[in-house]
Formats: sequence, structure tokens, C-alpha cells
Amino acid sequence: MDKFTVLTGAAAPLNMANVDTDKIIPARFLKTIKRTGLGKDLFSNLRYNDDGSEKPDFVLNQPKYRKAEILVAGENFGCGSSREHAPWALLDFGIRCVIAPSFADIFHGNCFKNGILPVVLPAEACEQLMADAALGTNARLTVDLARQVVVRPDGQEIHFEVDAFRKHCLLNGLDDIGLTLEHVAAIDTYEKNEPAWMPVIAGV
Amino acid sequence: MSASRTLFDKIWDAHVVDRMGDGTCVLYIDRHLVHEVTSPQAFEGLRLAGRKVRRVDATIAVVDHNIPTEDRRSGINEPESKLQIETLEKNVADFGVPYFPVLDDRQGIVHVIGPEQGISLPGMTIVCGDSHTSTHGAMGALAFGIGTSEVEHVLATQTLLQKPALNMLVRVDGAVGPGVTAKDIILAVIGEIGTAGGNGHVIEYAGEAIRALDMAGRMTVCNMSIEAGARAGLIAPDDVTFEYIKGRPYAPKGDDFAKAVAYWRTLPSDDGAKYDKTVVLDAASIMPQVSWGTSPEAVLPISGVVPDPASEPDEAKRAQMQRMLDYMGLTAGQKLAGTKVDVVFIGSCTNSRIEDLRAAAAVAAGKHVAAGVRALVVPGSGLIKKQAESEGLDKVFLDAGFEWREAGCSMCLGMNPDKLTPGQRCASTSNRNFEGRQGPGGRTHLLSPAMAAAAAVTGVLTDVRELA
Repeated sequence: MDKFTVLTGAAAPLNMANVDTDKIIPARFLKTIKRTGLGKDLFSNLRYNDDGSEKPDFVLNQPKYRKAEILVAGENFGCGSSREHAPWALLDFGIRCVIAPSFADIFHGNCFKNGILPVVLPAEACEQLMADAALGTNARLTVDLARQVVVRPDGQEIHFEVDAFRKHCLLNGLDDIGLTLEHVAAIDTYEKNEPAWMPVIAGV
Repeated sequence: MSASRTLFDKIWDAHVVDRMGDGTCVLYIDRHLVHEVTSPQAFEGLRLAGRKVRRVDATIAVVDHNIPTEDRRSGINEPESKLQIETLEKNVADFGVPYFPVLDDRQGIVHVIGPEQGISLPGMTIVCGDSHTSTHGAMGALAFGIGTSEVEHVLATQTLLQKPALNMLVRVDGAVGPGVTAKDIILAVIGEIGTAGGNGHVIEYAGEAIRALDMAGRMTVCNMSIEAGARAGLIAPDDVTFEYIKGRPYAPKGDDFAKAVAYWRTLPSDDGAKYDKTVVLDAASIMPQVSWGTSPEAVLPISGVVPDPASEPDEAKRAQMQRMLDYMGLTAGQKLAGTKVDVVFIGSCTNSRIEDLRAAAAVAAGKHVAAGVRALVVPGSGLIKKQAESEGLDKVFLDAGFEWREAGCSMCLGMNPDKLTPGQRCASTSNRNFEGRQGPGGRTHLLSPAMAAAAAVTGVLTDVRELA
């Protein structure tokens, strides 16, 4: 996983609440056996007409947001399915940070596993950033994870909260599995103490 | 440890392997259910790191999302689906994971077969790379959906790194009226608390109306917890649960069953246990529900009318409502009852169990699917299909003009040949009415199996209680 330290880039405003994972990446694109290559299908139903041509009004089709690295969105972003294809599609498009008043739990967790930082900020702050984002490429935002601040184009800093463990992993690009395996002795002990009645799945 | 704990607290505490300084826990996972869509990249990760599956005897794999629901004996045509299914088959063979093959009677929707086989049991932690894993909470288990990175994490370590969720109690007091089902209860709950109402929480469902549900109904309720934003949903195990489990293939047997039940009886929340949030609904006030919008919270009694965006003071919400009406092809003030449907889908991990099929068949018996309507019935597993056929339900459906299909996720999510075409309106027993969920441009109305059957035979959204 790539580290996330400081990101400065254009922010795309997606002023919509409850952006679900079917919107982010419709199920018909989940047939891949890879993690990469989903960027072209990101927001497919919002982004393309039935004939495959682009919908010019959709934010990521506008020239100033085609290289956006930050997305500013409405509340409950990422609700619905657990598909990690949603953060994979965002990442493959080039988005490394989503800022919203709230996120659905599974999507929020999936972001951290993929080097994407989900930033939760109060609705008023999100509205300010949405307005900044609407200014386009001249209004770049900076997201500094170590200092836990979003820096607006005018230099104003907005502090955000982030889980300390997840911050540590993201800043250092750490693999969760490696960290967990440091606890393998405790896992062994736990398994030895399982009750005898606990069945196993065998003989299938 | 406080004296009074909730069901969630007890299961959580029993599975903490280790605790880090900041409160993050290494949480042991008792059961891992694997399907073809969210696992290929996880197995690939294991291969790249040279890791094995730690507990093949706690893991079960099945294909459900991709497979066609027509006769599968001649193989799968669609190349991408075929590749994903073959990839799972290679992975389970390489890593030694137990697997119910496509042509096995035990194949079915992952959230149907776990309880059906006695694999999902009370007090367990159960995960799957699918948000509707909350279904297994009906057993009195802590069951939740995970992403593919976590699928790999569980395969490699049989644990997850997690922090405890908050506790939410949803109590449904009293008894529901005739024609009102588990689906109507959960849709009413989501309508009440909203699609983000459960964020950060695990919901425990309680109260007389929940206690009165059979296991299929409890699974329907827990299944849609994620539609309220909750991490998981669960129901305290009781005699109904134990009776359901007894004798199932992978459940404990004999003395072990008695020991297990003795433990399971300690799981229900203690008197005085604290919840961070409590919501109470009056069962008698719940009517048959139908969704009108593109979020599961956009739901009303079938007697309702499509809401008017003009009456919404908040500008962003008003715009969102208007977008929903435009997408759904509905007009403010229009009565929901009488709205014409093109397709009826009875199936999905929410409503494809034998009890659901019986409820739909009872409505369809002796009637016929309305002209111009396509109606599908998709059992949740091969065993449910067989059971239904032994009861003659297939004949009831076929005589009434329904399609009777093979087990799978089918038209719930547009990943297999069962899809809506743009503009088609579907009365569906599934769980999500998101834009494009059942196929690009498709319009979904969520409702119960009985209500779906009523829509099929009348051709319009119908109050099943008024059907002669």
C-alpha cells in the first residue's frame, strides 16, 4: 500500500448525499479478478451516456476536474455494499482523499487499506471546501495527514480527527496482516482454548 | 468489565485475542464465508506473500453473485463470469478451502447456505466479503461484511483488527397485523432511522414482534441492517433458534449440542445493559411497505402517495428527492398502489427462503401473472428449490406464469444475466433500490414476497391485504 503523507491537488465537488457503492462502481464491473483498471468505470452511470459518450455535466468530465485527486462529497458517502472495488476505482482514477461530513463504515475502513484517506469534517466545513472545489484547478487543497489539517486555498487550516492506529498505518504504508502476525502467539493460545463443542467445517 | 452487557458486548469480549494500546483489538473470526466476487484479489495476495489459509476448517466457499439462474449443466457462457467462477474453483483447490460446487444441491446464496448448513451459529463472529453478512446475526451471532483486504487478512490470520461498535437497540413492541411481514418491519425501521441511522452501531432487534418471527423472518430483518448503515444486526438466540439449528449438517451434535445450547443461553443481553441509542416502534402501526425512491429509507406504506419535493425545506434534500422521482418515473402526489410494474423478482439473500416462497405461493395460487409482466422466482439454495418442489410450490408458480429458476443472487444486483432493462419497473423482494442496482436505468420497488406476488398477479403495486 502506498503511503499517504501530504497531498496537494485539485478537488472535485460532488454535492450529493448517500453516494452508494453501486454509484461509485456498478456491479457489472465487479467481474474483474484484479485490483487495477477500474478507474475508467468509476461513477460509470453518472459519467457516461448509454452509448458510452461522456455526460459533459458530470463533475469528473469537466476539464478542470479530470485530474482531481481529492473528492468533496455529501454525507454518508460510500453506503451500500462492502465491495473494495469502490476505493480501487477511486484510486485507479487518481483520487487519494475523499472529504465528507460522514462515511458508511465498511467503505471508510476499505479506504485505509488502499492508501486513500477519508476525511470527516462538519457539514459547514464541507460546504466551504465544496465552494473552494467549485473554483476548479486554481483552488488546490492540501491535505496533511501528519498534522491532521486540510489547508484551504486561502491558507486557512481545518483540523480533522483520524483514528491513531489507522493514521500510523497510512503514514507508513503498513500492511495490516504483517502487524497482526506479530500477535500470532496470542492467536495460537486463543485457538487452543476454544470450547470442545465448537464444530469445524470438514468432510464437505 | 461492567456487570451488565449486551449480546454484542458478550460476543465481542469472547473474541478479543489481544488488545493494542489505542483500543484496537485483534478479534478472532469463527466463520469465514467466501464467494467469487470479492475473493480473487485476496487469494492472489496470499500467493504473492507466500501465505496459507490459517483455518480451512472455519472457511466455506460458494458461487452466487455471477452465476446464471438457468440450467447450469452446460456451463457458464459469459466469459468474465466464467473466469471469476473458475478462479474461485482454482483458489479453493489450491488452498484446500471447503466448497459447494455449482451443481451441488447445497450451492446457493452465501447468506442462505450458512444458516441452512448449520455453519453459522449463535455467539460466533462471522464475516464475508459482502455487506449482507449481517443476515447471520439472526442466529445471535456477530456477523458483518468486510472488504477484500480484510478477506485476505482473515484468510491469513483468522482475525481482524477492529474497534468495538456502539450498541443500538431497535425494539418492535406488540404484534404486527395480518399481511405484515418481517420485510415490512425492517423497511419501516429503515424508514424511521434512515439509511445512515445505524452508522457506527450494531443493532440488536428485540421486542415482541421480533421474538414472534421465525428464523427466516429474523434473517430478513438482520439482512437489511446494512441498509440502515449499521455495522451488523443481531437477535438474541432463543428456543426458536436452537430448534432451527438442531440436526443441521455442520451444527454440534449430541452432548456437544447440549453444551453449546447451555453456552448460547448465556448470550442474551443482561437486564440493565446499556445501549448508546434506542428506537422503539409500535408493530401494530406497521403497514405493508413499498419503497418509492432510490434509497432504502425512501419507503412508505402501500396506502401512501409519492411525496412532494416542494414540501422539503432543505434545498439539497429537495434536489435529491426530485432526482429520485425523475429516476423512478414517478410524480409527486401519485398513489403508490396502482403503479404499473413490468417485472417481479422474488429472491435474494433477503427473501429467498422456503418460508418466503410459501408466502408468495399462497398469494399466487390459482391466479395468473398479469399480461405484460415478467415474474421470476429464484430460490436461495438448491436445497430450498428441492424442498419447494416437494411441496408443489414450483407447480403453483409455473401454473401461475412465474419463471422457476436455479439458486443464485439473480436480479438483486445485475451481475448475471437476470437484469432490468432501462426504464423497467420492478417489484422486488431484494434489499437495495439504488440507481442501476438491478440493471442500468432499472427502477426498483422494495417489498415483501407476498406483496411481490400480489404485484405480479395484478400487474400493479397492490396492498396484498386487499387482494381477494
